[in-house]
Amino acid sequence: MYTWSFAPILQASDLFLWGAWITVVYTVASIAIGLVLGLLLCFARLSGIGPLNWLAQGFQELFRCTPLLVQLLWIYYALPLLLGFDLANWAAALITLSLYAAAFYAEVFRGGIVSIDKGQSEAGAAIGMSGWQVMRRIVLPQAIRRMMPAFINQSVTQFKNTSLISVISVAELTYMASIVNGQTYRPLESYTVLAVLYFAILFPITKFADIVESRTRGGH
Amino acid sequence: MTSVTAPAARDTVLAARGIVKRFGALTVLHGIDLSLTSGEVVAIIGPSGSGKSTFIRCMNMLEVPDAGEISFRGRRVVPRFRAAGETLGLGELRRHVGMVFQHFNLFPHMSVLENVIEGPVTVQRKPRAEAVDIAMDYIAKVGLAEKRDARPDQLSGGQKQRVAIARALAMQPDALLLDEITSALDPELVGEVLGVVRNLAEQGMTMVLVTHEISFAADVSDRVVFMEAGRIAEEGSPDRILHNPDNERLKTFLARFHG
Ligand SMILES: Nc1ncnc2c1ncn2[C@@H]1O[C@H](COP(=O)(O)OP(=O)(O)OP(=O)(O)O)[C@@H](O)[C@H]1O
Ligand SMILES: [Mg+2]
Repeated sequence: MYTWSFAPILQASDLFLWGAWITVVYTVASIAIGLVLGLLLCFARLSGIGPLNWLAQGFQELFRCTPLLVQLLWIYYALPLLLGFDLANWAAALITLSLYAAAFYAEVFRGGIVSIDKGQSEAGAAIGMSGWQVMRRIVLPQAIRRMMPAFINQSVTQFKNTSLISVISVAELTYMASIVNGQTYRPLESYTVLAVLYFAILFPITKFADIVESRTRGGH
Repeated sequence: MTSVTAPAARDTVLAARGIVKRFGALTVLHGIDLSLTSGEVVAIIGPSGSGKSTFIRCMNMLEVPDAGEISFRGRRVVPRFRAAGETLGLGELRRHVGMVFQHFNLFPHMSVLENVIEGPVTVQRKPRAEAVDIAMDYIAKVGLAEKRDARPDQLSGGQKQRVAIARALAMQPDALLLDEITSALDPELVGEVLGVVRNLAEQGMTMVLVTHEISFAADVSDRVVFMEAGRIAEEGSPDRILHNPDNERLKTFLARFHG
């Protein structure tokens, strides 16, 4: 019978806390960059300009149809050979996570925008609005409400995905758990605490997402 | 009802010349001419699929014609938002020519008041207080002053359509285009919307209305246009078109309403 012993783990609690903080930083930073790039990608897809649309779509397919881990390894180990200079592990991690997020957010945005009835933009145009005014005043406010649940789900996934950057030694939460495990030889406790921490952070967020989703459903 | 006294002597507000519209291989409009003089009310009737909506949408360029031209007060409209020189851009055309849609198309994320001030504030760049004054005027005119803060989904169909009319009027347009604005309404709500249109006609608003309400068309319009398969098959005074038609297809069309 295994005897649980959390004492050594608790001594390493600052490692876990620091790791959790780094995980949050990578999540928030890559979401922020991903949102901006994703919006640009989405506008490129909807621009009606052939080459822009194809380029954006090609980028999206590339990131959506290869595993994130493979992208990370490629950008960290392979890309520097083409660039001629090395990428720091934190930079490779941030770039990969952000591009990956952008590809998925672009689809979330696009789905939200095209789901808005054409009559809405026509009504905007009919009172003399420009294309940009229609987008900003009429389409986006409605689309953002509608895309909220998908956006939150994608962001939860993004949070979990940051665990992958531990393979290139970025000292986030998962990496810290393996350090603690190495020091304490207590894998059961180390990795249980790790799982509990992820759960404790994400569970409230997914509940919040459910509330948002039922509210958007009820709204329209 | 306004009379047809010498329309040629009045100003032409909006004119369509030789409008052709195709969707892929299908030619929907085969060269339509129609001009509207100030204060005139023109009703367009015709069977389903004859191109009435397509044509009225060409008049404010929601559909860009494949041939022919639209002009507003003598200025040719070009299919760009802004235009230079003698030509007129879409932005300016639509500031002067309002449209009301069959399905209202109110902005669901805005209150009644916000729907109506949207044009004056965002497009005409009026100060908000002034826009609210103008908007409340029209909201009251359509009888919805007490609903100013309601959301569209709290309104009946007839109320929604009256808000949509107020939204178009708040731009203080020179002409209004109405495309079957009562077709999506329950029968008992049609009257309140037609009442608003009747008032507008009496106040001299220039309008084109596509409608299946034949007797209403006879009542408020100065001229009735009968469209058939993408062409104007017959046009004239309501009395002649609706009561003494000589076109065979028009007779068949009208028989369905009298029967
Ligand atoms: N966006 C479009 N793409 C392809 N075909 C279209 C489009 N809009 C209209 N049509 C076709 O053009 C023809 C005329 O349509 P339109 O809506 O102008 O008729 P309508 O006279 O308004 O009919 P209704 O009385 O049913 O409203 C129809 O055959 C219709 O299917
Ligand atoms: Mg129609």
